[in-house]
Amino acid sequence: MHKIKTFLSVESNQNKIIPFLSVFLGFLIGAIVMIVSGFNPLEAYARLFEGAGLFGNVRRFGETLVLATSLSLTGLAVAFGMRTGLFNIGASGQLLMGGFCAVFIGITLDLPKIIHLPLAVSAAMLAGALWGMIPGLLKARFNVHEVVSSIMMNWIAVWSVYYFVPEFIKGKYDTESATIRNSASLRVDWLTDLFKGSSINLGIFIAIIAAIVVWWILEKTTFGFELKAVGLNKDAAKYAGIHVNRNIVLSMMISGALAGLAGATFYLGFTNNVKIGELPSLGFDGIAVALLGVNTPLGVVLSSLLFGVMNAGKGFMQAATRVPNELVQIIMAVIIFFAAATQLIRLIIKRILRVKNVPIQVTEPVIEEINGGEK
Amino acid sequence: MWDIISSIVPLSLAYTAPLLIIALGGLYSERSGIVNIGLEGLMGVGAFAAAMFTITFQGSLGGATIWIALLVSLIVGMLLSLFHAFASVSMNANQVISGTAINMFSTAITIYMARWLTGSSNVQIKRFFIKTDVPILSDIPIIGDLFFTKVYTTTYVVLAIVIFSWFLLNKTRFGLRLRACGENPHSADSMGVNVSRMRYIGVLISGALAGLGGGIVIMTYAKEFSQLTYNGLGFLALAALIFGKWKPFGILGSSVFFGIAMTVANMSVIIPSLQNIPNIFLNTFPYVVTLLALVLFSNSSIGPKAAGEPYDVSKR
Repeated sequence: MHKIKTFLSVESNQNKIIPFLSVFLGFLIGAIVMIVSGFNPLEAYARLFEGAGLFGNVRRFGETLVLATSLSLTGLAVAFGMRTGLFNIGASGQLLMGGFCAVFIGITLDLPKIIHLPLAVSAAMLAGALWGMIPGLLKARFNVHEVVSSIMMNWIAVWSVYYFVPEFIKGKYDTESATIRNSASLRVDWLTDLFKGSSINLGIFIAIIAAIVVWWILEKTTFGFELKAVGLNKDAAKYAGIHVNRNIVLSMMISGALAGLAGATFYLGFTNNVKIGELPSLGFDGIAVALLGVNTPLGVVLSSLLFGVMNAGKGFMQAATRVPNELVQIIMAVIIFFAAATQLIRLIIKRILRVKNVPIQVTEPVIEEINGGEK
Repeated sequence: MWDIISSIVPLSLAYTAPLLIIALGGLYSERSGIVNIGLEGLMGVGAFAAAMFTITFQGSLGGATIWIALLVSLIVGMLLSLFHAFASVSMNANQVISGTAINMFSTAITIYMARWLTGSSNVQIKRFFIKTDVPILSDIPIIGDLFFTKVYTTTYVVLAIVIFSWFLLNKTRFGLRLRACGENPHSADSMGVNVSRMRYIGVLISGALAGLGGGIVIMTYAKEFSQLTYNGLGFLALAALIFGKWKPFGILGSSVFFGIAMTVANMSVIIPSLQNIPNIFLNTFPYVVTLLALVLFSNSSIGPKAAGEPYDVSKR
């Protein structure tokens, strides 16, 4: 007990356990909501995890991985922005535009898969990057806050798709596009067979590669170092000779490209068409994923798995226990809330364990510096 | 031509009222120094509360139901905004993240409760505001036809709140203090203003007004709560707030402007002379002009200076 207290009295150690505590509190509040509305939380959670295939159903687990794929890419998009000091709330719009362009190419062109699929995926990436570039440019050139401009871009995306889909790639219903050709689909037979007919697709490799690339950019390149420097202190970065404005634009473009890729995996691998008139919530879920993963690529991948499990299992939970599937969104919202109000969690830690905050040990940063020097 | 105008204006007044009141809510919050992108969520709970209240009491309370329902939506919006206030004022949280959490929570909890309480995610109401003609004024030629026939009473309530807000913010001590907290909280604090309290009040008023806006949506033209209630009205209000330069009458102007754009976009299907205009131009219009406005305003900073930053006494 004493050891725990000493461990938790250091602020940097508190930071390490905050994500876990937020998840715990999220599930706790979810349970309270269920108890209040007359459901059995233990059974619901058991069904949630069963529905996600955690108890051995390979097909269901495949669906979990599919959802985690798109979530990890939007999570990476948001996290990349955050590391460089930008809050990309426009991931939803970038994802939608990217997905739309991918679906458009997937329907209108007729090419062999080896050309068609990469073309559609790159189109998604490019469209996402362009949609992200506009807020970046506005911020760099006119100092317009990226949150406001990306919110506007989100709705411009929604209404553009609302117009373009029925006009150019209308499907069976007015509210959705036609289905993409097989040659543009991310699904491949061997993966589908491996997971017994689930919609798992090549997107999972895109997500893994993207996570590695993001890690490499941020940790191993001068460019990434510059981006992080801009994120930590704009003025200091400028003083050090870093092109702050150029980095803002590039960072938004990379973030947008990641969101566009998420759109490709979602629309080319999961839904196979685009629905109109709604802003996909995936981009906002990406904020939860990024915050929970403390904006590191590995953290994002892990937290996307958690949210993937929750999203994949919610339908099964609703069918088996009648608990409305929105429960999962409630838990995610609570997690975001606690991730925003980290001070609150610190306060809870202090009250429950009666620990006092010890000033951060001075030795820590020094050690890090020495390590950095040796490399 | 007259037919088109006289059918568009009353309809756009109906669309404008909730947009205006939600944007006005955003104004109180941002003027006190707290960015509130949770307007959409606050509107949603207001809408849900009004719908739930109405289906529960529409049999027993009679004609008063609709007014009490609006009051309920106001209170529920205020309650949800308390979380945003707590996080961003007391816990110095990132206001954008907290607002996002409010939006997500609202969409989820309302549909959850709708499914739990009614068994379906759609809540249809049987009692709502009916369009009426204002006596005497509706007989005035032209103006009467445009502004005083077939209108909802709530539109005038909203207008009254806007005028009152202008007075409150610009002509009273309270308004000056609220604005000071958004411009320069440190000097406000040094003059004895309780910054946290003012910011709490700002956020709570914004929650109340956004909730009321949601209530008006349901009790006037929507008549049904569903997932489709979250159609971005809160974000459009944010655009109206910016385009209206963070001023009550500016917001009035921008809301009417956007309201007409929305109505024309919705009606372009049935009006022959508008059918040739692709709806993309009308639908994206409010967002595009807001982006352009932001660019034009960028040299003269007109928004509240301290909005978005937690107040840190030690920086004084």
